[in-house]
Amino acid sequence: MLEPITPVHFLLLSAALLLVGTIGVLTRRNIVVILMSIELILNAVNLNLVAFSRYFGEPSGQVFAIFVITMAAAETAVALGILIALFRNRQTVFADEIDLLKW
Amino acid sequence: MWNALFFYLFALIALGGGVLVITRRNAVHSALWLVVSLLGVAGEFLLLGAEFLFAVQIILYIGGVVLLILFVIMLVNLDQAARMRQFNRQWAIAGLCALVVGAEIAYFVWRGGPQAFQLATPVSAGPGEGNVEQLADVLFSRYLLPFEIASLLLLVAVIGSVVMAKKRS
Repeated sequence: MLEPITPVHFLLLSAALLLVGTIGVLTRRNIVVILMSIELILNAVNLNLVAFSRYFGEPSGQVFAIFVITMAAAETAVALGILIALFRNRQTVFADEIDLLKW
Repeated sequence: MWNALFFYLFALIALGGGVLVITRRNAVHSALWLVVSLLGVAGEFLLLGAEFLFAVQIILYIGGVVLLILFVIMLVNLDQAARMRQFNRQWAIAGLCALVVGAEIAYFVWRGGPQAFQLATPVSAGPGEGNVEQLADVLFSRYLLPFEIASLLLLVAVIGSVVMAKKRS
């Protein structure tokens, strides 16, 4: 079960990375670290796509991984722009202190 | 055998780096461990025969995204934030989420039994055709429209981040 590396091994690794990222998003207060956890989740997705692409002999999965990476770069740029504007107005980087809309 | 050895090595790097990302107090340390974790995932891409994505992962993710995050950490002063409480009180719900997903995956592996681990043998690429050529063929023919939309998305992101981060005068 350990020796020949099959798609299942890659899927399990990807699931573990996804769980680590999810726990990071749910428990950290610092917005920058939450963003990094989102990067971990997107990497887990990419690993999944590339593993399936390899084992079906079909390059489409890798193309989707490229799109995911593009999306991640765009998302990070916009999120960090928002973070800078937020820090200028509120002087905080903690997600649970930004609760103006919270009832 | 070497394949398996490198798989577990890179898996350890990726997972260990990931765990350290979400547990470090200092955000700069988190970003540096994120580099380690992304390198582990890049190694897995290499094992899967995706050489182009390996290069993209290192150049774009590590060279671009992590650098951007480090720049912003420098811009927003995180010194006093590092001295405050780092975790909110959501350990219960986070643990529950992880437990549910983990149990689901464990159930599927248990249902599949040992033969789940003999799923498929990889289909080898055609002789003489590299990974980059294959990708370019598909990307510029079948996925041409999504490719153009992705470039539009990048344009929107550039304009959006500039507008967001600009000082109001």
